[in-house]
Amino acid sequence: MNMNLKYPLDVDYILRKKKSIKRDLLNKNDLKEKNIAILGGSTTAEVKNILELFLLDSGIKPNFYESEYNKYYEDALFGNEVLDNFNPELIYIHTSNKNIIEFPEFNDDEDKISSLLDIEIDRYKSIWTSLSKYNCPIIQNNFEYPVNRSLGNLDSYDTRGKTFFLNQLNKRFSQEAKLNNQLYISDINYLSSYIGLKNWFDKSLWYQAKYALSMSSIPELAFNISKIINSILGISKKCLVVDLDNTCWGGVIGDDGLNSISIGLDNAIAESYTSFQKYLKELKNRGVILAVCSKNDLNNAKEGFMHPDSVLKFEDFAAFKSNWDPKHLNILDIASEINIGVDSLVFIDDNPVERDLVSSQIAGVIVPNIGDDVIDFIEHIDRNGYFEPTSLLVDDIERNKYYEDNKKRTKEQSVFKSYADFLASLKMNAEIKTFSSVYIDRITQLTNKTNQFNLTTKRYTFAEIENIAISANYIKIYGKLTDKYGDNGLISLIIGSIKANKCHIDLWIMSCRVLKRDMEFAMLDELVRHCKEKGLIEIIGYYYESKKNNMVCDLYEKFGFTLNDLNGKDTIWSLDISNYKNKNNLIEVN
Amino acid sequence: MTRNDVHGNVQEIFRDIFDKEDLVINDSTTSNDIQGWDSLNHIGIISAAEKEFKIKFALGELSTLNNVGSMLDLIIEKLKTE
Repeated sequence: MNMNLKYPLDVDYILRKKKSIKRDLLNKNDLKEKNIAILGGSTTAEVKNILELFLLDSGIKPNFYESEYNKYYEDALFGNEVLDNFNPELIYIHTSNKNIIEFPEFNDDEDKISSLLDIEIDRYKSIWTSLSKYNCPIIQNNFEYPVNRSLGNLDSYDTRGKTFFLNQLNKRFSQEAKLNNQLYISDINYLSSYIGLKNWFDKSLWYQAKYALSMSSIPELAFNISKIINSILGISKKCLVVDLDNTCWGGVIGDDGLNSISIGLDNAIAESYTSFQKYLKELKNRGVILAVCSKNDLNNAKEGFMHPDSVLKFEDFAAFKSNWDPKHLNILDIASEINIGVDSLVFIDDNPVERDLVSSQIAGVIVPNIGDDVIDFIEHIDRNGYFEPTSLLVDDIERNKYYEDNKKRTKEQSVFKSYADFLASLKMNAEIKTFSSVYIDRITQLTNKTNQFNLTTKRYTFAEIENIAISANYIKIYGKLTDKYGDNGLISLIIGSIKANKCHIDLWIMSCRVLKRDMEFAMLDELVRHCKEKGLIEIIGYYYESKKNNMVCDLYEKFGFTLNDLNGKDTIWSLDISNYKNKNNLIEVN
Repeated sequence: MTRNDVHGNVQEIFRDIFDKEDLVINDSTTSNDIQGWDSLNHIGIISAAEKEFKIKFALGELSTLNNVGSMLDLIIEKLKTE
């Protein structure tokens, strides 16, 4: 991770040193290539160069297609052989208020203005529709406000105002994005406001080189686009680990006692810790997992969250490590307890020594230099976009409930004689069926987010899943699991392609929150049943090693498949299903 | 700031922009002498110089910058009037 490419950005440094930064980043291992088309309504050369840095930093090696100057519309609508051959996996449409065809005139009536709005929105809709032939995500800028307003304040509330007009357009963009699963908005209206319009737009650069934003805003824009891309590709972070003393509250609970820590609304310091806790709570409520890693006696640490003004409660944390062990060991524990990779963690601690220890001892965990002033903490989480979501699925919001339920499940485990007894007591029910259209969103998300229980780590786009769902050449089943504690949601998928009389497993994944519940056996039973229904005689399984999927390297072996071929750690397996006997007897299916 | 100092700082900018640590420029260096000195990199040089010397070039001035010497002259003139 290159700290120059994190908040707060040193934009002058990035612009000046971009070539040497790029040289360094190209040394990274495991860069994944992506074909990204930039369709620009203004000059995009430097946007492309700087975006490349941010993507390389995320482990993505972009190949770019760049439209000719201001040819975004032509490229989208009338096709282009170069673009077709390029086969984009992601399209970024870099437009701005400079691309508005016609703003309202002062003598226009309401009808005319509403038709001008329709003309604009229809133009973009036709662009998105036409680009849908590439079956890939489209990132679209919305509109920034004009720097100058001859109408002054009235510009924002008279229907003939440019500001008013742009607000209407932005609203229409939001509505379209709600309907179109492939459309993602790059909110430059927010970004330009955050940076300040007078810094965002550089008149001189516009007249000289037709850049619709200033040089110093380009890294901010590129950073923003990279956050959206990370989120689309499922490489956003999942869990926020926080320290307690002087991070979640002011003071040291073990020394100062519950009544003396700063939290609440009594003074400025207490209030700023409270708003930090509120921000964490918001993250938690939309699906980010929270965990504690603190050097404290457990009881003292728990007591802190019993403070009447504490926004966060002990139950808000999926893992709670409060002891005197070194923090990097606790963080490794947290990762294994929650069942996620350490590179899905962000660690927040006011103490630079702890930050150094963790970042130097565990490769991959994100440790922002948040300083020691609580007022800056939120900014470091928010501006870096670690947890950027592209949508709010019910599953995300409820994910934290699974972890809370899991705490209860773990507790109960100890009172049963055997693990099988415990599983039986869970009264598990599974729904294992062929893909249906209501689940396409969740299925796509799962294929892009699951790393550990993932045999092939093949990723799918929304459109690909849609196609598979209706194709007769695939066996495609999903699994949902409920137990007496609640609904775990849609947590497992198998996609097999049918060739001759064999079923080749292209994808087999399962969410880690249902590990060791025998769900994989239930899935295998159903897979075999579907294969038999189609008259198939053999299942071919593939294991492709990735950094994270070691836990399933022997899955097919455990299932009783025969090893056919191996290449390094990658293996190919087969199973004759004529005498197959069901393996699951704990989960009630369908 | 002497002309020599300005020359040194501008040379550093050129080295960063073109990612060549041993790049040497003199007054008569033009875009023909440096591979990659296109209009995009020209803008990069100009905006890096604006930040480095805390100056701002006017629109009309940019077209007169045909070689490194004229660039240095303009920077020195601006530094005097600051």
